[in-house]
Amino acid sequence: MVHATKNAMRRYGVMYALLLPGLLYFVIFKYVPMVYIAAAFKDYNVLRGLWESPWIGWQNFETFFNGVYAGQIIGNTLLISAYKLIFSFPAPIILALMLNAVTSNGFKRTIQTLTYLPHFLSWVVIYGLLVAFLAPGSGLVNQLFNTFGLERISFLTESGMIRSLIVTTDIWQSVGWGAIIYLASLAGIDPSLYEAAKVDGASRWRQLWHITLPGIRNVIILLLVLRLSAILDVGFDQIFIMLNPLNQENADVIETWVYRVGMQEGRIGLATAVGLFKSIIGFVLVLGANKMAKKFDGQIW
Amino acid sequence: MEQVTIWNRLGKGLNYTLLTLLAATCVIPFLYVISVSLTPISEVIRKDGLVLIPSHITWTAYEEIMQGGRLFDAYKVTIFRVVVGTLLNMLFTVTMALPLSRKAMPGRSGFLMFVVFTMLFSGGMIPSYLIVKEVGLLNSEWALIIPGLVNAFYLMIVKSFFEQLPEAIDEAARIDGAGEISILVRIILPLSMPVIATIGLFYAVWHWNSYFDALLYINSPENQPVQLFLRQILLASVAISGDAAEAANSVNPVSVQMASVVVTTLPIVAVYPFIQKHFTKGVLVGSVKG
Repeated sequence: MVHATKNAMRRYGVMYALLLPGLLYFVIFKYVPMVYIAAAFKDYNVLRGLWESPWIGWQNFETFFNGVYAGQIIGNTLLISAYKLIFSFPAPIILALMLNAVTSNGFKRTIQTLTYLPHFLSWVVIYGLLVAFLAPGSGLVNQLFNTFGLERISFLTESGMIRSLIVTTDIWQSVGWGAIIYLASLAGIDPSLYEAAKVDGASRWRQLWHITLPGIRNVIILLLVLRLSAILDVGFDQIFIMLNPLNQENADVIETWVYRVGMQEGRIGLATAVGLFKSIIGFVLVLGANKMAKKFDGQIW
Repeated sequence: MEQVTIWNRLGKGLNYTLLTLLAATCVIPFLYVISVSLTPISEVIRKDGLVLIPSHITWTAYEEIMQGGRLFDAYKVTIFRVVVGTLLNMLFTVTMALPLSRKAMPGRSGFLMFVVFTMLFSGGMIPSYLIVKEVGLLNSEWALIIPGLVNAFYLMIVKSFFEQLPEAIDEAARIDGAGEISILVRIILPLSMPVIATIGLFYAVWHWNSYFDALLYINSPENQPVQLFLRQILLASVAISGDAAEAANSVNPVSVQMASVVVTTLPIVAVYPFIQKHFTKGVLVGSVKG
């Protein structure tokens, strides 16, 4: 018994030692920043540093919520998120169903390989592609407009266009990759169900409705719940690169605002407060989502 | 058994057509970008920018972006963060995943909670910036590696994979007197190659593609990765409206922009066909239990 305990100690001793550097990383780069949230309640002064700056209670939050920007950036965040939910969320499901109907394996694999590709491109590169096609002077689309005597459109700097561009590029970038999980789920549906349906004379649409969709229902619901819990994460890397002073009215979201106010205007306290507001809502939503997901296909973590 | 009606055939044709069109939108932009990057600027102006296939090929745009060594510096930074960053990512992820996969280890659930909580709540951008500044990493290329050393989600994937390995193998090795480290290196890692490869590739692609951390943490131009190099070239020209002649005279003519897109994308596109299948496997490994 004593020997066994000693043995276990020695065994896990190595394990704890392996764990330690990683835990240290989490402490320094994940937990210490949580302590620095204190800046949200301070009148942060670079010269005095975080802890010497005076506490000001909820003043930063009041400044934000009473300011003119709160409505705009929260509105933009929710609106872009809602558009993505409506258009980007179903896209991979539809693609997976379309691919599933393909009988030629070679064709299917080729389409899959090509549609995954955009997932591996950085948003800077995707923006480069947008410039290639949509730039007012040299973009291909505008050159075509010009050739046909149409007026050029400054797609990239037009606030009326920006949300559509964000959603379209989001679909383009994520649809192929997103379909993978649905395809796997579709492959798990028992083929004998389809055989039986065919014997009963069910049409393709009836098979889709009564067998295919119920077969992937749980995956759809789980991913939907996850998506809803991340409603405030609108895709910072994407929006940040596409944002400019001319279209910012319709596309400035919480995080881009936090960056501008905190890093460019140096209002660290205010920016931290708004970041905290977002983190807390996100936290509550993800807890709720996990509770809901448990009802369907097991928990998220 | 199945009736082949006209609707079925039409539906099938439509399906194949739409899929082909979608796939085309994923490829054609690159062909166009490559084409423009190789077009002489004089031709861009003459044809008012409407170039699909250049009449002859010129490398001036590429020569131009090579000038001054900015691209070379940027590539060095990117390659550094991809290679060193990914190696360190894997080292830390694996060394954490191993203990966390030991179900009998005292304190395990507490450590797991500790990690999982960081997936649910974070200090946000500004506090992260403050800590990077505090530890003196600002402006260093290490700021692109150390703050993102372990991705908690990937850690959970690797941990789950380790948990699924048969315990009997490692019990047998232990009875044979093998130490933990040699069990890890000789038994667990070889058995885990699929997940190791996948997660390693995820990290590597993340390193190649990130730009915002560099924007946040790095001011000195010589420590900026290629994504920022490209961003600057693109942004310098977006605000400029007007005609092709103006675009040609601007700081970065369109062919230079497109050449920059090409050099930033080419490595990813070139290795993509070979690594693609590992990624798809990874998505499914991750979805077993995220």
